[in-house]
Amino acid sequence: MIDLIHDYWRAFLWSDNTHWSGVAITMWLLVSSIGLGFIFSIPLAVARVSKNKFIAWPVWFYTYVFRGTPLYVQLLLFYSGIYSLDVVHDIHALNTFFREGINCTILAFALNTCAYTTEIFAGAIKATPYGEIEAAKAYGMSRFTALRRVIIPSALRRALPAYSNEVILMLHATTVAFTATVPDILKVARDANAATYKTFQAYGIAALLYLSITFVLVWLFRRAEARWLAHLQPRKH
Amino acid sequence: MFLEGYGPLLLQGTKVTLQLSVLSLLVSFVIGLIGAGAKLSSNWLLRGPATVYTTLIRGVPDLVLMLLMFYSLQIWLNDFTEWQQMDQIDIDPFVAGVITIGFIYGAYFTETFRGAFMSVPKGQIEAGFAYGMSRWQVFHRILFPQMMRFALPGIGNNWQVLLKSTALVSIIGLADVVKLSQDAGKSTFRMFFFTLVAGFIYLMLTTISNGVLKWLEHRYSAGVRSADL
Repeated sequence: MIDLIHDYWRAFLWSDNTHWSGVAITMWLLVSSIGLGFIFSIPLAVARVSKNKFIAWPVWFYTYVFRGTPLYVQLLLFYSGIYSLDVVHDIHALNTFFREGINCTILAFALNTCAYTTEIFAGAIKATPYGEIEAAKAYGMSRFTALRRVIIPSALRRALPAYSNEVILMLHATTVAFTATVPDILKVARDANAATYKTFQAYGIAALLYLSITFVLVWLFRRAEARWLAHLQPRKH
Repeated sequence: MFLEGYGPLLLQGTKVTLQLSVLSLLVSFVIGLIGAGAKLSSNWLLRGPATVYTTLIRGVPDLVLMLLMFYSLQIWLNDFTEWQQMDQIDIDPFVAGVITIGFIYGAYFTETFRGAFMSVPKGQIEAGFAYGMSRWQVFHRILFPQMMRFALPGIGNNWQVLLKSTALVSIIGLADVVKLSQDAGKSTFRMFFFTLVAGFIYLMLTTISNGVLKWLEHRYSAGVRSADL
């Protein structure tokens, strides 16, 4: 156990001497996919609750497909599936993009988490108290202003508990990245296992690392809820 | 030819995926009921380990736990048989998969059932005892049927997550629908197409389970009054 940590602690945390690896890569996968998913999910959530069927339906279909299939299958499709198509080989830009495992991984992760986040935010927007929308209208706000100033900020706050769940599930989902040759925590654990045959210790260290990141995320979201959901907490006096 | 002759193989893979999911669901269901009982117990010797179990398992990614348990189970068994000076027993990968997934999702079911048990009004249980029912009678006549109504949305959720997480068993070498679709893709040089097929099969499975869950929820909410505004 001690030699395993001695030999691999650096690879588990940030670098295997030549490349970034371990926790650094896992966090990069998490932050980039969650960030991209968040940016695209807000307009998509607004479209999802639109009364216009031609706007709402395609978004429903997108979230339905991405939430109804395993992330691993999506990653396989983007990593080995797309790269096997002739079209991708012929176009230089596509070829260079899909050749890198990490690009495919972030693309698949972002599309996947964006689908879940869209549904979470759409649910929160739908649950906006009608008084808030009426108040915005009474102030003479346009649709866009009302969305920007009232509806979306209020919905994002109320979506926080569900969103924190999604972020933690996404952290756990990043583990499939090693199948696309991305050197995340689990990849280091597999290498350590292959080199030393200390299966339980190698994966155990990975499990502890993921557990610690989960606890940090839970703590951060608890702080965020105390700050942004203070108006919805049960009264203490 | 249907899927270039790989149709029957993929069907076989779908069967493996379904068997694995349903059997793991049964295992995790039983673990969940026991775990919820332990977590709600007033005895800290039961409550403590159950809390550690749910916190640890839900805090670690399922793939890490799968790799950890899948390989370690065999190593531990080897150590045991060596110590007992018996012949080596090989664990069937399918059985190991069922135990592993069942053990992981047992933690999620524990939390689902705990919440559902707590939602049953205390008066219902007290009424049962007032009728002179035994603890077991109160459990299976009053607590369990009402608990199921509250637990059903959570069970449905867990089932959908469990079903999708079975795609990961192809990483540990089980011949499920994902593994077989990749094999078919490799030998026909049509990776994209066969991966799409695997995705489509999963989409069908989740769609069907959605329908069944809606029907079950309708059934179990018989007699619940809902007011329209």
